[in-house]
Amino acid sequence: MAEIKAPIRPGKIIIWCLLFIGAVIMMTPIIFMFSASFKYNDEIYELALISSEPTLSNYIYLFENTEFLLWFKNSILVALASTVSVLFFDSLVGYTLAKFRFRGRKLVFIAILSTLMIPTEMLVIPWYILARDFGLLDSYIGLIFPGIMTGLGVFLMKQFFESVPDDYLDAARIDGLSEFRIFTQIAMPLVAPALSALAIFTFLGNWTAFLWPLIVTSSAELFTIPVGLSSFSGEFQSEWEMIMTGAAVATLPTLLVFLFLQRYIIRGVILGGLKG
Amino acid sequence: MSIDKKRAVTAWCFISVPIVYFILVRFYPTLDAFSISLTDWNIVGKKTYIGFDNFVRLWHDPVFWQVLGNTFEYLLLGVPISLILSFIVAHSLDQIRFGHGVLRACYFIPFLTTAVAMAWVWRWFYQPVPVGMINLALGQMGIKQLDFLRSTTEALPAVLAPAIWAGLGFQIVIFMAGLRAIPQSYYEAAKIDGASGFRILREITLPQLRPTIVFLTVISSIGFLRIFDQVYNMTQEGEGGPLNATRPLVLHIYKAAFERFEMGMAAAQTVVLFTILLIITIIQLRVLKNG
Repeated sequence: MAEIKAPIRPGKIIIWCLLFIGAVIMMTPIIFMFSASFKYNDEIYELALISSEPTLSNYIYLFENTEFLLWFKNSILVALASTVSVLFFDSLVGYTLAKFRFRGRKLVFIAILSTLMIPTEMLVIPWYILARDFGLLDSYIGLIFPGIMTGLGVFLMKQFFESVPDDYLDAARIDGLSEFRIFTQIAMPLVAPALSALAIFTFLGNWTAFLWPLIVTSSAELFTIPVGLSSFSGEFQSEWEMIMTGAAVATLPTLLVFLFLQRYIIRGVILGGLKG
Repeated sequence: MSIDKKRAVTAWCFISVPIVYFILVRFYPTLDAFSISLTDWNIVGKKTYIGFDNFVRLWHDPVFWQVLGNTFEYLLLGVPISLILSFIVAHSLDQIRFGHGVLRACYFIPFLTTAVAMAWVWRWFYQPVPVGMINLALGQMGIKQLDFLRSTTEALPAVLAPAIWAGLGFQIVIFMAGLRAIPQSYYEAAKIDGASGFRILREITLPQLRPTIVFLTVISSIGFLRIFDQVYNMTQEGEGGPLNATRPLVLHIYKAAFERFEMGMAAAQTVVLFTILLIITIIQLRVLKNG
């Protein structure tokens, strides 16, 4: 490229410095949160990032004396179960709509697509009543059922399955594979990048979800991390080092996943965003 | 059975469970929300049909108008600020190579955080001295302290800030994808014509980014109209105070439905929210079609 030979212009250096300052500002809340989680209560009023005597006592206290570990498990369980279910059902529906010709196909697709227009906030009241009538309030199934399948995922997967050549599927049919196995063993692996994108934003969405878990759970044993953190922080009011430790625990898993899967995550977000 | 028929049967078998699900968990609840909005119902007692009374009451309720005003204030501040900031960052990031990946990651990471957790971090920052970082820093620089969450005028922007902050990474990444999609030849042609950087921006970059800008405007509008997590966690007792100064529509709905159990009233407000979002989506489709 010709650009490489061009001398570095001072304009670029200024842009770089401004971007750097911006990046530091963006990271400040996260850095201070982690920093405070390693401090004793009397130190958090100081701006120093690294404590003179860093401690893990906040984390130990959090896991031993509060229900954080339980909330953490609940969050993982709910996010994983929803993600697995979304991956399976959304691709099954997307695959069927993309690769089968049958009457009513268009209608089904438009109907599912139209659910994208309905905001969650409108559904929470009827969901709550539904959950109450089926005895699902304050239960895992109650937490999970609104997110078992998503219109966005169906739409995304349909787009991707359309690019899978019919020849592949027909060849498998001649080999005598059942339709269901063609779907799981031939079609699914061919759209692996789309599946990973869908998995990433489904998991992230469920991990950070607040409104519905807040509504459907009432006993602390069933709280997810955001709901637990919210109630816990309300109680601990001025003990900011404890609140920051809780916030750090809520943030850490997604940060770790990001560090390992950065490329996939950004691509997944672009995919999900642009198609949505 | 013919092959076509057999395959149609397979197709219906595959989508039968999902169809039942979408009817039971999406369509029926949507209709239910509309139907509840026409009733007076405290969730345990009898549902009384009252026609459009809930909507009439909302129309005459000054608090509801204040809440709607707040909601649009989030939108009208949040959308332009976040779009301009994210465009500037994306456009600059696009030009540099040194440390590109790390810088991009720093801007993107806030998008992966949990809104509830970050709301508490920002709430801590906003505290008066000696607790809050921002006032501590302002104090050291000899600048007057700010009230932030305690003030009826400063609270709303203070609550909005973490929402903008967390969304920037997403918008930057989308803007950068949009910038990458602009053919290099356009820029080269402009350079040969001797166009200034500003003209290139105005006459090539921005027009080419039009679909991206429309998309991000709609997505972020919908996001800011639905703001809830930050307000619930940053204001005293999750009330959206002080004096309702930060209370958005979704919090108002939550309070009506799940604290006072005025289901009809709450459902009516969700219908209002739905209508606003629908109008925005229709405007988006119009704008994209004419483009």
